[in-house]
Amino acid sequence: MKKIYSVLVENRSGVLSKVSGLFARRCFNIDSLVVGETFDPEVSNMTIVSSGDERTLEQIEKQLNKKLDVIKVKTFKESQAISRELMLIKLKYNKNNRKDIMEICDICKAEIVDISKNHMMIQICDTPEKICVFRSMISGISVVEVARTGTLALPKCSDLEN
Amino acid sequence: MNGADAIIKCLEEENVKYVFGYPGVAICPFYNSILSSDIKTVLVRTEQSAAHAASGLARTTGEVGVCAVTSGPGATNLITGIATAFADSIPLVCITGQVNSSLLGSDVFQEADITGAVESFVKYSYLVRNVNDIPRIMKEAFHIASTGRKGPVLIDIPIDVQNATIKNYKYPDSLSMRTYKPTVKGNYGQLKKLVNALEKAKKPIICVGGGISLSGANDELLKFIEKNNIPVVSTMMGIGAVATKHPLYFGMVGNNGKPYANKAMNESDTLVMVGARVADRAINSPDIVMSNKVLIHIDVDPAEIGKNCGPTIPIVGDAKAIFEDLNKEEFKTDTEGWIKELNQYKTELEIKRNPDKNFTDPEYFIKTISDKMDENAIYVADVGQNQIWSCSFHEVKKGKFLTSGGMGTMGYSIPAAMGANLADSKRQVIAVCGDGSFQMSMCELATIKQENVPVKIVVLKNNFLGMVREYQHYTYKDNYSVVNLNDYPNLCAIAKAYDMEYVKIANNDDVLSGIDKLLKTDGPCICEVLVNPLDLVK
Repeated sequence: MKKIYSVLVENRSGVLSKVSGLFARRCFNIDSLVVGETFDPEVSNMTIVSSGDERTLEQIEKQLNKKLDVIKVKTFKESQAISRELMLIKLKYNKNNRKDIMEICDICKAEIVDISKNHMMIQICDTPEKICVFRSMISGISVVEVARTGTLALPKCSDLEN
Repeated sequence: MNGADAIIKCLEEENVKYVFGYPGVAICPFYNSILSSDIKTVLVRTEQSAAHAASGLARTTGEVGVCAVTSGPGATNLITGIATAFADSIPLVCITGQVNSSLLGSDVFQEADITGAVESFVKYSYLVRNVNDIPRIMKEAFHIASTGRKGPVLIDIPIDVQNATIKNYKYPDSLSMRTYKPTVKGNYGQLKKLVNALEKAKKPIICVGGGISLSGANDELLKFIEKNNIPVVSTMMGIGAVATKHPLYFGMVGNNGKPYANKAMNESDTLVMVGARVADRAINSPDIVMSNKVLIHIDVDPAEIGKNCGPTIPIVGDAKAIFEDLNKEEFKTDTEGWIKELNQYKTELEIKRNPDKNFTDPEYFIKTISDKMDENAIYVADVGQNQIWSCSFHEVKKGKFLTSGGMGTMGYSIPAAMGANLADSKRQVIAVCGDGSFQMSMCELATIKQENVPVKIVVLKNNFLGMVREYQHYTYKDNYSVVNLNDYPNLCAIAKAYDMEYVKIANNDDVLSGIDKLLKTDGPCICEVLVNPLDLVK
C-alpha cells in the first residue's frame, strides 16, 4: 500500500535530516521525498511517498507528529490527491529517430527544452504513472542522463471540503 | 551578563539543585558561572554517570535531572546515559559545551556533532547559535523534558555563545510552541467506553508500566483498583506502581516475569495497558496474546498506541489525569471469582528454587534485605541476573524501584543510586548490582565518597557475566564465551581504597547479621554477597 504524507515543518537547519533519519531508524520506506518552501518562509512543505502495511503507514504518521519540528501532517492515498512529478531527460538522437522522438513528446505532452547537434533535453511534468509511460516509450533511444523530482502532491479540492 | 550566567539563572528559575557533570574547556564558562550560584555541582568520574545520576534524581523527585559536560568525547560519553533515559522516558536536560561557532563543521579539537549523534535518543535537541535565544531555549527544554511523554533534551552551546554578552535577560513566563501540545486529559467518550468494557468484563486485568510513576498516578491507580476490585500486573518499569504485597497485585509479566502474572494476562478477557510499550520483553508476540480479548491502551504518547498491537479502545492522555477522571465514574464489576482464580495460579505457579547451601541464595538475601529496609527506601537494581532476581524477590512497600528497563544499561545502579540519595538524603538508598555491572561504574565510588552519599552498594558476586552465561548455558549448551570475570577485583580492598565500610556475606548464615551491619552503617558501604556462579534466574 502506498500513502502520501504532506508534512508542514519548521524551516530550520537539520529538519530534513531529522525527518529522513526517522524513516531510516524505524525502517520505513521512502519512495520519494520533496522539500520546498511554502508562502510562509518559516515553514517548509515536505511531500513524502511511502509504502508499507497499514500499521507501518499509521506509525509513520504518528512518529512524524511526534517530531517537535513538525507542524502538521496530512495523509492521503494516491487516489485522493493530485500528484505531479517533473522529469528532465537527456537523449542522444540522430536524424533517423528525431521525428519519432518528437512524435512521442507530442503525444505525452513533453517538451524539448534544449538541443545540440547530437543531444536533446526533454522536460515532462505529469503524474508519476504518465512519467513512467513516457520513460518506457523512449526506452529504445539512448538515454544519457535523467533527473526526476519525486512526487509532489496536494489533496484534491473536493476532499478539502469534507 | 554572559550566556553562561544566563544558563545558570535559567537553571535557578527551574529550581535546579544539582548539576552532575564533568568539565572541559568548552563548558568552562558554564562551570565558572555556576560558582556564584547555590546550585550544587557533582563531579562524576565519567560522563555516562552524570546522566544516570541525573536520572536517579529525576526518578526520586519527579523533577528534571540536569547534567553538563564538555564537547567532543565528553558529549559522546554521555550518549549511553541519554539513550538510557530516553528508553525509560526520564526527564533530563543535558547541556554540552561545543567548540567556537566559527569553527563548527571544521573537525577541530574535541568537536563532535552531538545534536546529530543523539537525534534518535532525545525528545528534542538545540544547537544554540545566538546568546539571546538562551532564556527561551532553556524554558522550552525544561517544558519539553517534563511534559507529555517525558524524556531527555540536549542543549549544545558553543563556547563563544557562553561568553557572549546577553542583552535584556528575562526568563519567559510562558511559552508558545505551535508544534508541541501534549494531550493530558483523556477523551471522555473513550473513557466511557473503557468503563463499559470493564463493566462487561468477567476477567479484567490492568497491566501498568513506567507511566504510572512518571505521571505520579500511584494513589489514583490504587484508588481505582480498590474501588472497583480490579487485579493488576506490571511490566519491569511498572514495579512499585502498586505495593508488591497488595492483594490485587499479581506480579511482573514477561519472559523474566512471574508465570502466574503471564497466565493472568493471557487468561484475561479485558486488558487495560497503562503507560507501557507492549515491548518484546513484556509481551512476546502481542498480536497472539491480544487476539482473544478487549485491549484498552492508555498512553500519553499516541505513537505507542497501536505500535506493537492494535487496541480495541485507544486512550491518549496522562495516567494521573485519566485515573482521576475514572475515579469519578460509578460502575459495578464482578471480579470475585476471577481474583480467586488468580490467587490459585499464584500458589500453583510460584517458582521453587533449589539454592546451593555453600552460597548465598539471592532469593533469601533479597527478600531479607527488602524486609529490613525502610518502608520508603529506594531500591536501585542494575542489569543482569541481579536485575531479574531483584524484580522477582524485592518487595516494594512505600518506596521506589529504579532500574534501566528499556535500554538495560549495565552500570546504571551506582550512579543512579547516588543521584537518588543526593536528591533525598533522608531516604535509605540501596543499589544492587552484579560484579560485572559494579565494575562498569566502580569509578563512581570516588564521587560517592567525595560527596559523602550514604549509598549502600550490594554486589551479588558470581565471577561471571551471569545473564549472558545463563543464555550461553541454554542456547550454546555451556559453551561459555567471554563471560568469565575471574574473581577480580578484591572488593574488600576496593572498599578500603575508597575508605568505605565493607560487609561480606558468604552464605545464608551470614545474611541476617550482614544486612544488619550494612543498614546500620552511617556512610557508604559495599556489601559483597557470594552467590552460586552457576545459579540461574529461570
